[in-house]
Amino acid sequence: MGMLRAGDVGVLLAGGVGVVALTLWAWSGEHGDTAVIRAAGQIVQTIPLTRDQSVAVDGPLGTTRIEIAPGRARVAADPSPRQLCVKQGWLTLSGQAALCLPNQVSLEIRGRTPAYDTLGY
Amino acid sequence: MTHWAIELPVTPDDRRLARLAALAIGLTLAEAAIPSPIPGVKPGLANIVILLVLLQDGWRAAAWVSGLRVLAAGLLLGTLFAPGFWLSAAGACASLLILAVAHHLPKRLFGPVSLSVLAAFGHVGGQLALASLWLLPAAAILTLLPLFAAAALVFGAANGVIVARLHLANAPIVQGSPQ
Repeated sequence: MGMLRAGDVGVLLAGGVGVVALTLWAWSGEHGDTAVIRAAGQIVQTIPLTRDQSVAVDGPLGTTRIEIAPGRARVAADPSPRQLCVKQGWLTLSGQAALCLPNQVSLEIRGRTPAYDTLGY
Repeated sequence: MTHWAIELPVTPDDRRLARLAALAIGLTLAEAAIPSPIPGVKPGLANIVILLVLLQDGWRAAAWVSGLRVLAAGLLLGTLFAPGFWLSAAGACASLLILAVAHHLPKRLFGPVSLSVLAAFGHVGGQLALASLWLLPAAAILTLLPLFAAAALVFGAANGVIVARLHLANAPIVQGSPQ
């Protein structure tokens, strides 16, 4: 048996591909660290993306439930008819936002350096 | 006359494991002196000893050597029960768990290099998992992840080649027990 066997080459290749994929994934765009929640245009809460928690925000149609997790956030439930902001799923990158327009609630992710100066909806 | 000295029976196997653990501890101490730009990125030379023990004496012996190394290195470096110690322990545990599985891979296909690379990923994975749960925000860990993974791949492969050479050469450090 030699020093490097067939499986070893496979493990090394898989490891290399894994590292490259990880690099592309982790270093593409800045990952956000704060969730900014607005209702009717006003900031109601700013929450660091550090631990699991759930936030309920009231709008004209009902209650929008926002879920915060380490490194990401999403709109878990919303009374709007088309559920666009819910379907967006988890947001991780700085500058990403989910807008629940009918209920006038929005969730925006921010990093250390804001991706945009301002966003007009 | 009463004898107060407590004699613990010590088998030659115990002595052998203690000697190997001492070797692993020595490598850990030597490595701690190497400056590193990112704390946690280290060659992991002690893994060479642990893998040789795994190949020669099985998983239980390797777990003993690894546990003794983490504990004694913590004592000697003055980090016992400090965050660094727990990170090191988490890395060692994850690595041993992976080795428990990987060590059953067909030997014909997967040699020491595979074991070493997988163990290195285990170390990094265990450490970062604990760090993200306990010490650092997940976003910061995510940024460092590629560096740690790349270091694990490179050092894991290098250590694996060393292990393969020593194992093929039947290196005397893991043979018999000269008193």
